[in-house]
Amino acid sequence: MIHKYFLNGYYIVLDVHSGAVHVVDKIHYDLLDHLQAPLSPELPAQVAELLTSYSQEDLQEAYGELYALYEAGQLFSPDDYEQYRDMMVSAPIKAMCLHISHDCNLRCKYCFASTGDFGTGRKIMPLEIGKKAIDFLLVHSKGRHNLEVDFFGGEPLMNFDVVKEVVRYARSKEKEFDKNFRFTITTNGVLLTDDKIDFINQEMSNVVLSLDGRKEVNDRLRVRVDGSGSYDSIVPKFQKLVAQRSKEKDYYARGTFTKYNMDFAEDVLHMVDDLGFDQLSVEPVVADPYVPYSIHEEDFPTIFREYERLANIIIQRKKEGRGFNFFHFMLDLEQGPCAIKRLRGCGCGNEYVAITPDGDIYPCHQFVGQEEWRMGSLLDGFLNLEMKDMFAKATIYGKPDCQACWAKFYCSGGCNANNATHCGDIHKSYQLACELEKKRLECAIMIKAALAEGTAE
Amino acid sequence: MKHIKTLNKANLKETAAKGGCGECQASCQSACKTSCTVANQKCER
Repeated sequence: MIHKYFLNGYYIVLDVHSGAVHVVDKIHYDLLDHLQAPLSPELPAQVAELLTSYSQEDLQEAYGELYALYEAGQLFSPDDYEQYRDMMVSAPIKAMCLHISHDCNLRCKYCFASTGDFGTGRKIMPLEIGKKAIDFLLVHSKGRHNLEVDFFGGEPLMNFDVVKEVVRYARSKEKEFDKNFRFTITTNGVLLTDDKIDFINQEMSNVVLSLDGRKEVNDRLRVRVDGSGSYDSIVPKFQKLVAQRSKEKDYYARGTFTKYNMDFAEDVLHMVDDLGFDQLSVEPVVADPYVPYSIHEEDFPTIFREYERLANIIIQRKKEGRGFNFFHFMLDLEQGPCAIKRLRGCGCGNEYVAITPDGDIYPCHQFVGQEEWRMGSLLDGFLNLEMKDMFAKATIYGKPDCQACWAKFYCSGGCNANNATHCGDIHKSYQLACELEKKRLECAIMIKAALAEGTAE
Repeated sequence: MKHIKTLNKANLKETAAKGGCGECQASCQSACKTSCTVANQKCER
């Protein structure tokens, strides 16, 4: 399977099953319209007859180049991943989203967590549950060494004493269990203080700072209980945190874009140029289709143009030596995740679970509050292994729409929670998300092509 | 090759044979939390 597209002056051909990415000339691009595996060593006469705008000599030469790639397994390479299907089984649980607070001090209008409580009532996680969660992870991670715990909410800073105690407890177990905990936290910043900044910068391998960009954009939807905006209060705190943070550790200024700011590249640039951040993530809103800020298919041309515009800005900035990182365009064509990881997908419900303040276990944070997806409890030790197994098998080869999709090894089957919410089945791909993902991938690969220009072949 | 530039070593199939250690980051733990993005994760090896 191949995917070819023309973007920003580049003719790009992706060989799906080998992962090869080729930047070709128009003649190869046109030839590929008429070729399919298996290729013969010689250019088929009927193909040459269809491409009358090229000379026979040029067509022969271009075909020869394509054939060489085919012979090298980098074009029309076969799908032979079926043999790994038996590796898609229930795995150790090594990552956890810890809902340390089902309460929030903001009332962001687009919040998928029903403004913090996931529809289950405002509460914070007792330390006892936090410790039980760590114990659960220590046991269920089996032989996995690297364990991840994300402090999530609601707003985790509303229960920061428990955050600190849970970190301390987990660290105290690392040596005994031969584990390495990686903590992350997602915060709206309202309650950030110097002490909290110090603790986060010391202990958290990644911190996600929620900010939508320009003040008017942020304050339209990210509001306090009284309806006032949060921007002025949080921005200086975020800047201080990042300024004091080691460059060895990750952070993201992380925003959401909606129908109200489909010029979201301006929000990215505001956070880069005006606020000084260099690690950005701005993502499409997850929302019911009937709310006024939700994104619909008719918005795609606008959003696609904006992604392209942002990609061009990133190319320009990188060439000028003042690049910044945009999470959704990050792509390592050489050293990215292995094919097994790509086959398995996000791991929710299998390698990754969410824990509520009551100790309930859900496949991931986005399923929390939907009783039918409750898969267990820390209190009685029950874990629905049947459900876990179903998630383990929800790979790109278990999802009909993914099998024929060129992007399958990049998105790895998409978000199971989105599939369940919008399509009623974790195996049915939510096409709106798929189209956005594919556009971002095309842009990310094009950025690679542009930055490779002038380098050796 | 004169006209075709290949941007990578195309080793996805090799990584299948050697991969699957499970030590890498769960994708939703990075920055997204709302949209699955796996290909931008780092390999731990």
